[in-house]
Amino acid sequence: MSLSIEQVRQVAHLARLAMQPEQAEHYARQLSSILDMVDQLAKAQTDAVTPMAHPLDLHQRLRPDVVTEPDRRAAFQAIAPSVENGLYLVPKVIE
Amino acid sequence: MHTLSIRALAAGLREKKFSSRELTQHYLKRIQTFDPQLNSFISVTAEQALAQADAADARLARGEGGVLTGIPLAQKDIFCTQGVKTSCGSRMLDSFVAPYDATIVKRLHHEAGMVMLGKCNMDEFAMGSSNETSWYGPVKNPWDTTRVPGGSSGGSVAAVAAGLAPAATATDTGGSIRQPAALTNLTGIKPTYGRVSRYGMIAFASSLDQAGVVARSAEDAAYVLQAMCGFDPLDSTSVDRPVEDLVGALERPIKGLRIGLPKEYFADGLAEGVRARVMEAVKVLEGMGAVISEISLPNSPLSVPTYYVVAPAEASSNLARYDGVRYGHRAEGVKNIEELYKKSRGEGFGAEVQRRIMIGTYVLSHGYYDAYYLKAQKVRRLIYEDFRRAFAAVDLVLGPTATDVAFKLGAKTDDPVSMYLNDIYTIAANLAGIPAMSLSCGFVDGLPVGMQLMGNYFDEARLLNVAHRYQQATDWHRQMPAAFA
Repeated sequence: MSLSIEQVRQVAHLARLAMQPEQAEHYARQLSSILDMVDQLAKAQTDAVTPMAHPLDLHQRLRPDVVTEPDRRAAFQAIAPSVENGLYLVPKVIE
Repeated sequence: MHTLSIRALAAGLREKKFSSRELTQHYLKRIQTFDPQLNSFISVTAEQALAQADAADARLARGEGGVLTGIPLAQKDIFCTQGVKTSCGSRMLDSFVAPYDATIVKRLHHEAGMVMLGKCNMDEFAMGSSNETSWYGPVKNPWDTTRVPGGSSGGSVAAVAAGLAPAATATDTGGSIRQPAALTNLTGIKPTYGRVSRYGMIAFASSLDQAGVVARSAEDAAYVLQAMCGFDPLDSTSVDRPVEDLVGALERPIKGLRIGLPKEYFADGLAEGVRARVMEAVKVLEGMGAVISEISLPNSPLSVPTYYVVAPAEASSNLARYDGVRYGHRAEGVKNIEELYKKSRGEGFGAEVQRRIMIGTYVLSHGYYDAYYLKAQKVRRLIYEDFRRAFAAVDLVLGPTATDVAFKLGAKTDDPVSMYLNDIYTIAANLAGIPAMSLSCGFVDGLPVGMQLMGNYFDEARLLNVAHRYQQATDWHRQMPAAFA
């Protein structure tokens, strides 16, 4: 399976990764070689096989519906790149 | 002091041969002297370490504390440490000071009383097999500083192998504890998935990630792992099941133990010297009464392609949280929110992390999901079934940990696929979720060789038991690199 430069640009857009035009060709080559390796999976006979999402057959635990977390808002905002009056700042979203 | 076992260090503290402060100062001095050659630490937390050492000395003076109280430890920089930079080897988190402690940090330092020396270098977001993808530069192998220490826990192993810490924490998503342990003559164990809490461990691939330990012997590893294991309500995949007495099980005889050698692990691609060392170790175990047989794990050759669908898929989703808004790197001079995301992530993540995010995004995208992601999950089931069948016939599976000894820095950085194939023997255990470990079994041209033991679910005690008995009969694990003696 080989990826075109256009496909790489589209994937980078979906993943929200800025990519320089000259990098796209390089990534196209590398990602194609990874997908070529992955294509070995086609050899496996998996018709009646149930997909395995997780190593353990666990059920999601439930806990009592009580508040357990203290208010750590100030600590969490202290590590944010840009805050004001308790709000996270981002570039203007609505024109 | 840096050549003593954890048990001997604990005895020394109790007999007042040295205090925890003196022991900690000794290690801090060694880090200062030797780490410039290795680059194994991202942060050295000398001030906190000495405060923890004083607290441990006070505890010991009151006759309190356990074996680990006052013993120094290095933490892989993937574990959140409150008030201390937690970078995960990435520019994205270069300025991130964790606002809380990982559960294992609480258990090892706050409860057991170990002293944290610092945070170890690692491949960026644990993605790598050579510790060359770190934003903080590559780590060098103490056995030959022109070679890689393996990865992703490269800083953890280099620090312990060079005697800069008695033991270190590590994590293993596809071999990141075992392969670096093998390349540096250490003992490293990845327990069963769910055995050690992942709370506060920065996520890479959540159905595969598991924390463990690297140390200089199975006994040292058993002491540290014992303190890490156990149920944690803060991790939804933590297993609520009693933990065996890992230290108490070390001395059990291994007569009659059934060990299977998977023929796929000794096929083409394995270096001849590595094969020879592993087979010599098999003879030693046979001499101790183990019963050896050949087995087959027919789907194991598909573990690398399976992993490079499953792990990137989970990573692309886990790493979506880094948006330049709440914490982590934020790009300057952007016009709108989309550009903020793209530029922050494009600058904050290195090339290997970006490759894996893109592969993951691609295999999960419309039109490719069935052919890649669903197919890989089905092959994952086949790999799991191979182990289920194997453990009906044998107690333990043994093979090489890596195909060869440590390679030269830079040798594989331009070829992602050849780098990925480093983990051909280790990935299957993560896909199945079973416990596995690596321990040293000799040298080829002065470079360490590791053998791998894989056990059935929750059989950590048996793995450590077999490794300990082997280490009583051999002294490979006691060898230290001459330049760091």
